[in-house]
Amino acid sequence: MTDAVQQVAAKPARTGVISWHSTPRRVATIYLPLACFVVVLLFPFYWMTITTLKPNHELYNYKDYNPFFVHSPTLVNVKKLLFDTEYPQWLFTTMSIAIAATVLSIFASVLAAYAIQRLRFRGSQWVGLAIYLAYLVPPSILFIPLATMVFKLGLYDSPFALILTYPTFLIPFCTWLLIGYFKSIPYELEECAMIDGATRLQILRKITLPLAVPGLISAGIFAFTLSWNEFIYALAFIQSSEKKTVPVAVLTQLVQGDDYQWGALMAGALFGSIPVALFYSFFVDYYVSSLTGAVKE
Amino acid sequence: MTSVAESLGKTSVQPGPIARLFDWKPFLIVICLLPAVGLLTVFLTYPLGLGVWLSFTDTKIGRDGFFVGLENFASLARDPIFWLSVFNTIVYTALATVLKFGLGLWLALLLNEYMPFKALIRAIVLVPWIVPTVLSAMAFWWIYDPQFSIISYFFKDVVPIREQNFDFLGEPWPARLSLIAANVWRGIPFVAISLLAGLQTISPSLYEAAMLDGATGWQRFRYVTVPMLMPVLAVVLTFSVIFTFTDFQLVYAITRGGPNNATHLMATLAFQRGIPGGQLGEGAAIAVAMIPFLVAATLISYFGLARRKWQQGESND
Amino acid sequence: MASVDIIDAAKSFGAVRVIKGVNIPIGDGEFVILVGPSGCGKSTLLRMIAGLEEISEGQIRIGSRVVNDVPPKERDIAMVFQNYALYPHMTVADNMAFSLKLKQAPKSEITAKVDRAAQILGLGPLLQRYPRQLSGGQRQRVAMGRAIVRDPQVFLFDEPLSNLDAKLRVQMRTEIKELHQRLKTTTIYVTHDQIEAMTMADRIVVMHDGIVEQMGVPLDLYDRPANLFVAGFIGSPAMNMIKGSIRNSSFETEKGNHLPLGNAPAASEGRRAIYGVRPEHIHLAGDGIPAEVVVVEPTGAETQVIVKAGGDELTCVFRERITAKPGETIRIAPELKVVHLFDADDGRRLSA
Repeated sequence: MTDAVQQVAAKPARTGVISWHSTPRRVATIYLPLACFVVVLLFPFYWMTITTLKPNHELYNYKDYNPFFVHSPTLVNVKKLLFDTEYPQWLFTTMSIAIAATVLSIFASVLAAYAIQRLRFRGSQWVGLAIYLAYLVPPSILFIPLATMVFKLGLYDSPFALILTYPTFLIPFCTWLLIGYFKSIPYELEECAMIDGATRLQILRKITLPLAVPGLISAGIFAFTLSWNEFIYALAFIQSSEKKTVPVAVLTQLVQGDDYQWGALMAGALFGSIPVALFYSFFVDYYVSSLTGAVKE
Repeated sequence: MTSVAESLGKTSVQPGPIARLFDWKPFLIVICLLPAVGLLTVFLTYPLGLGVWLSFTDTKIGRDGFFVGLENFASLARDPIFWLSVFNTIVYTALATVLKFGLGLWLALLLNEYMPFKALIRAIVLVPWIVPTVLSAMAFWWIYDPQFSIISYFFKDVVPIREQNFDFLGEPWPARLSLIAANVWRGIPFVAISLLAGLQTISPSLYEAAMLDGATGWQRFRYVTVPMLMPVLAVVLTFSVIFTFTDFQLVYAITRGGPNNATHLMATLAFQRGIPGGQLGEGAAIAVAMIPFLVAATLISYFGLARRKWQQGESND
Repeated sequence: MASVDIIDAAKSFGAVRVIKGVNIPIGDGEFVILVGPSGCGKSTLLRMIAGLEEISEGQIRIGSRVVNDVPPKERDIAMVFQNYALYPHMTVADNMAFSLKLKQAPKSEITAKVDRAAQILGLGPLLQRYPRQLSGGQRQRVAMGRAIVRDPQVFLFDEPLSNLDAKLRVQMRTEIKELHQRLKTTTIYVTHDQIEAMTMADRIVVMHDGIVEQMGVPLDLYDRPANLFVAGFIGSPAMNMIKGSIRNSSFETEKGNHLPLGNAPAASEGRRAIYGVRPEHIHLAGDGIPAEVVVVEPTGAETQVIVKAGGDELTCVFRERITAKPGETIRIAPELKVVHLFDADDGRRLSA
């Protein structure tokens, strides 16, 4: 799938086709609007970065310093964030929770997708549909009853409250994605393995899973990103500062009173975004394919 | 079981009874579905039901509630803040969806053109969607700052067309529109990349045929692109409507429902009443009140657009 | 090696019966080809033998064993799929060794068997390649190699040549035939291509609509098709068929023309029938029936001509080169020894 994406991108498209539009016209109708989109979409990140690097006297003085640039960059804000707050701890917590929830969800989703797409039983489509519908149930509806359950189960303020609830939105997504991947693997391969003497579990392990590796990576990085970005459950189920995840902690622990430390706040936002952004830059094609794969299925 | 197998085969390795059990399809199906269905039942289906039940009780944090019938809903019906949040949610969803799809489709069409660095541009475009919403929302919060807003600076000092700073978040309507702008900013990439995927499945020969048939650019868009894009559009629209309608993070991060409750969405109001306010029953009632809207929005966007069987062409496998 | 017996086997998908009770005895070491148009049930039948489809009614035996409830892996068969079904993530060697590894065969045995199969098929230099690095013909050979390594009682082939181009198909046809002569393993082969069936099979089973229309050695089906379906299916271009009845020991077409009958069955005067003659059995004859040329299609070795004789359109194949232009008249005559007559009602063969 990713190959196809790259091919489309790499193809020196339509060099032979006569271009009906002149260059100035292309600039006005395509490049200019596109440039506007890119600038607007990226500006908040630029602004985040600039703010992080500005010393305080520059930050609040637009008269003497053009606010679009940094004049005397400083790492004071970054230092404050990393050493004067529990930021490293939050990063670690978020990472652990995201990894645990991802592993759990992928495990459950692989088995479910295999059962639905490959074992084919009466009503398998309905199970597939039910799981798809589960994806349409937004966390905003669930967090209150989940909060009462979390209290009752004694999980309040425990990372397990998040590790166990994140799969509710990860499993539907991953299952759906993997069903699509399994569908693209020719069924004859499994039939052939069956004749060759493999059991169903051997087929899953030796044939289907190795061939679905791109799908597994897509589902994995997506699940990780969704867990990293989750907010409402983490806000509702976790109280102690040191157990908070980055998005919640930055908003609740760094904002104190009305005196916003914008430099430190933006540093927190920036450093919370960098891991996912880095992750993203390594796996762009998997993101695109899983996003579009999930939409198309 | 094994003895039967032995008498049958000249196969060299006979699997043990456990291996046989795991190769027995009904058992394997149950085992495979168990983790996913189990987790979803316990942490999704049950809470969904529990939420409906809670909305009929007066549960508070730390205290089990009693059944109070429709009392929560009756008090909400008399609550102007609740109705304001319903109004806000509808305005928020409608405006943001229209803008997201308009701009998203435009961006998708631009990205579908041939150009240098296309892969890079496509990768950049998706960034706002990848980054945690709350964190980018904080950037918007700072951009909307009453005193040091960079947008105010731009329109005051760079292109001097205004005298005053914008008061983005201090007044109801500017605050609503500011939130919608942030939501649109975050939503465009998802719409654009999904629609781009849809666009790329349209065979170029269709456009060539249409061109030979004498269709203008607009006509090619209207009679080829739009109909071919409908199924993808339907799914993306359904998702977008649902997740915009139930949005929580942006509002919670930027305004927390202020000024004076003017930007509360149903989700943020449910949170405020339920968790910090401790009124779980009432919070649940607000959350449950979203369900009919969601079902209606889903049905409209899905069935309004998706019933084009000719497009599916799914092989009967 | 083993015989395969298909006894009253039937298959239903829900209410649809796709195999309507067929009986096919297959001898030990025989090469049998199931042929028929798409949708006739031939592939389903093969998959029933493989154990990939359940058998709704009847029995299938491999050797002396009824295999209805035996899972595929215990049937001791090997199958070559239409798309080859090579495991894309394994090398050629691993593909061939997979079944033996699953059986936990000793390493030395695996290597020996894989090497032997590779040598038979000339795959030696390709053993470390991945399927995507192979050409169509090579993939085909690997799929066969995988089957050979198993040393099964029965080989099953499901349209194995249909993904190859025409030239390669002819070559692989020979290779498969040679392989069978060498290994003498019972082989069941499914195809929709009657030329493949004619050239390779010991025995052909013609299927149509879930039943067996005729079973027999290839030339028998050509010389003595049991019914209209087989007559039309075997042979290319297809047999000419003309409706009419038998009058005064000749054949009167519906349009009132007379065609000569060599050995019309006795006591069938007046009977409504269908007159069948293969295009290659029509010759130019000075005293023949006048026919107007409609289309002339020279192929080099022979010339295919479509003519109109008394209102009926006939396809003829002549060894001679034809100079006639459309609209001109030529005289033709059918070869009387090989004229076929079929019952007009049930399509059964009439002539002896």
